[in-house]
Amino acid sequence: MSGLISILADGIAYGMLLFLFSIGLSVTLGLMRFINLAHGAFAMCGGYVAVVLLNGFGVPFLLTLPAAAVVTGLIGVVLERSVIRHVYPMPELQQVLFSIGLAFAAGAVANILFGPQQQPMLLPDWLTARVSLLGVGITGYRLFLVLFGLVAAGLLVALFNFTLFGARVRAAVDDRRAAEGIGINVDRLFALTFGLGAAFAGLGGALAVGFLGLDPTFPFKYLVLVLMVVAIGGPGSIGGSFAAAIAIGAIDALFKYLVPEVGNYVIYALLVLMMIFFPRGLAGRAA
Amino acid sequence: MRLIRIGAGLPLLLAAVASFFLFPEYLSLLNTLFILAIFALAYDLLQGHAGVVSLGHAVFFGMGAYTAAVLAAHGVTEPVVGLLAALLLSGLLALLLTRIVVVGNDLTRLLVTLGIGFLMLEAANQARWLTGGADGMSDFTMGPVLGLFRFDFAGETAFWYSLAALVLVYAFLWRLTTSPFGLALRGIRENVRRMPAIGAPVRRHLATAYTISGGIAGLAGALLAQTSNFASLDMLGFERSAEVMMMATLGGTGSIPGVVLGAVGFSYLKDALSAMSPKYWHLGIGLVLMLSVFVLRGGIAGGVSALLRRLRGRG
Amino acid sequence: MTPAIETEGLTLRYGHFTAVGDVSLRVEAGARHALIGPNGAGKTSLVHALTGNVPATAGRIRVAGQDVTALSQAERVRRGLARTFQINQLFRGLTVMENVSLAILERERKTRQFWRSFAADRAVAEEAREHLAFAHLEELADRPVRSLPYGSQRLVEIAIALATRPRVLVLDEPAAGVPAAQSESIFERINALPRDLTLLFVEHDMGLVFRFAERITVLVGGRIMTEGTPAEIQADERVREVYLGRRGHHGAA
Repeated sequence: MSGLISILADGIAYGMLLFLFSIGLSVTLGLMRFINLAHGAFAMCGGYVAVVLLNGFGVPFLLTLPAAAVVTGLIGVVLERSVIRHVYPMPELQQVLFSIGLAFAAGAVANILFGPQQQPMLLPDWLTARVSLLGVGITGYRLFLVLFGLVAAGLLVALFNFTLFGARVRAAVDDRRAAEGIGINVDRLFALTFGLGAAFAGLGGALAVGFLGLDPTFPFKYLVLVLMVVAIGGPGSIGGSFAAAIAIGAIDALFKYLVPEVGNYVIYALLVLMMIFFPRGLAGRAA
Repeated sequence: MRLIRIGAGLPLLLAAVASFFLFPEYLSLLNTLFILAIFALAYDLLQGHAGVVSLGHAVFFGMGAYTAAVLAAHGVTEPVVGLLAALLLSGLLALLLTRIVVVGNDLTRLLVTLGIGFLMLEAANQARWLTGGADGMSDFTMGPVLGLFRFDFAGETAFWYSLAALVLVYAFLWRLTTSPFGLALRGIRENVRRMPAIGAPVRRHLATAYTISGGIAGLAGALLAQTSNFASLDMLGFERSAEVMMMATLGGTGSIPGVVLGAVGFSYLKDALSAMSPKYWHLGIGLVLMLSVFVLRGGIAGGVSALLRRLRGRG
Repeated sequence: MTPAIETEGLTLRYGHFTAVGDVSLRVEAGARHALIGPNGAGKTSLVHALTGNVPATAGRIRVAGQDVTALSQAERVRRGLARTFQINQLFRGLTVMENVSLAILERERKTRQFWRSFAADRAVAEEAREHLAFAHLEELADRPVRSLPYGSQRLVEIAIALATRPRVLVLDEPAAGVPAAQSESIFERINALPRDLTLLFVEHDMGLVFRFAERITVLVGGRIMTEGTPAEIQADERVREVYLGRRGHHGAA
């Protein structure tokens, strides 16, 4: 029983990471209608930033997290302003091709700079220790991930629901033309949102190194799961993405534990089943 | 685009035949290029003609490869029989999957095709008793083609065998894309919302296209397994699915000769460059793909027809 | 006589918003029937619900006495109910000829053929030429639609719909977005359509409506406010009130 609970905790921690990876994609899809298959590259970027700072410069772990978010966010804004915004008006096919190209290039750059091997990351002792919570032992890092994910989700919900920026984004998601009509600077909004999405992915990537590992194949490794989160949660919905990410993380971990032989593909089978019964995604909103 | 569609088949065929005499030491590479051209043509029926993207088309390629390999390992060594079986089984698999691929929007379609790809990869990996798992399958021998032509070490038989298949597929698809059905597919590509307003059964059209495309992709996979005497997991992996999309796009999606050129050029470069350094190959292909969205929208074929238009305009 | 279209309590809701509310409409066979109303009155929504573009929330729709409520848009087209779109919905990369031929091929169920060239089908080509001749598009036949001037694209909209051989044709602002001189000639073509083809059209320009319609239904807030002959509608105080308040917007449109 306690084994099951600690597996579940594992799954929820995993779900938190999936949430951080996918929230940016969800919002950019909802807002700019941009199918960004390279979103995982931002997570990878955050991971490498954290690894370089931690292993190379001895920056404390907790400081590498905001640094990863900021650096990745800035890269996101620069890319958005220089290239990506020209891709928004293109048809889906062109968006898919462009973003696959971007993901390939990003993986190759990582490979050239850091080599094809897994990146080691030495976590501080307080994170590797096992903690006992309600009689169940879990690693401190899992607990840290869960708490961190909750805080991040809370911050995002607050940002989107209680700030002017959030109101503008929501208005533009609902009706872009009307938002422009009432004087919202949509261009700047897009850049900020894209950067924010990249920053959260970068943060997720930095957090993921100690849990999922990091290598140049990262951009495509979690692509299916991230797209699943977006499709189930509904593009542009924070709450939906959060719930979907936790559910997927938990289900994936649970089945890998319960039926290890087939656990790897239960989640894909689930995806196919879902598409048979809910062809337009559970949220039912078309992208 | 129309200009080069009509006239390009014959020169391409002549070039292929000439390559047999010009590059006798590269026959097995040429054989691979023909096979990938067939695969790209099959995929482009969806992307270029019907305007539907798939990120898991290697599933059918792999299905065909394993069908041919498993049949040969169980004593059915006539290559043409294996080819037909692969065509049918892959087509059948595609038909079964149409229900979930054809409905929904682009996002769910990408997701589903990706998901099916990973699912099939995992299934082939698990079914070691049938597929050899991660080691692949190589313990089979092919008989002579039609009982007459034995596969030789230099790859001469394989060359003609695959080229014959390519010519047949090329002709079939050329006919298909100029037919009423082909026009309906282009209608879906140009405006899927108008189609129901002229009474068109869009799902049925897409299902038919998907089945044909899957079948031909399986044929290509079978050719590769038969001529290389090997079937492995990478034949149905994500990278192969992404590559076929790149071949079609760089060659000029929607143009049959363009796609053939794209597949041949892409695969040749890949063979040459990735031998030197796979990471620079990935960087290069990524950058080219990103650029291709902005310049040279129509790929090689688009570039050629734009050039022809310009020359004619001057002359 | 059985009406060409008949709706009974037709309702279309998006969430809490009622776009079309309890509309019971009768369009007689061979009618020239106009649907008017201020912006946001639900005219296009009604067209969507009628033709099956969007499934109706409640109510029934009959075409020539046959209940089509449960049928998809494509199946309604096969029963003779065609439409055009307010914003062009064309096959932009195909030629004008291909646009019209495709509609004919779909009607004849010939799009299952993949072993012969569609261009070699003489019967289809001949019929397509007839539709193009009617729409004065013959000279543009081999041009891709996207290269056509907007006014000609509006005529392609109509030619495609005609190629489905409809019994009822619903035209959603057929002259939307074209200059006044051209909208005149578009309506001249519409007026030249055979009398046994029933026409229901949405139009903003009152001048055109009063000239070409024989019967007018006024839609306000998703509901039918009144219906009558052009003379009756012109004399109706309430209709004038609805439009007067918005004269600046609609008087000239």
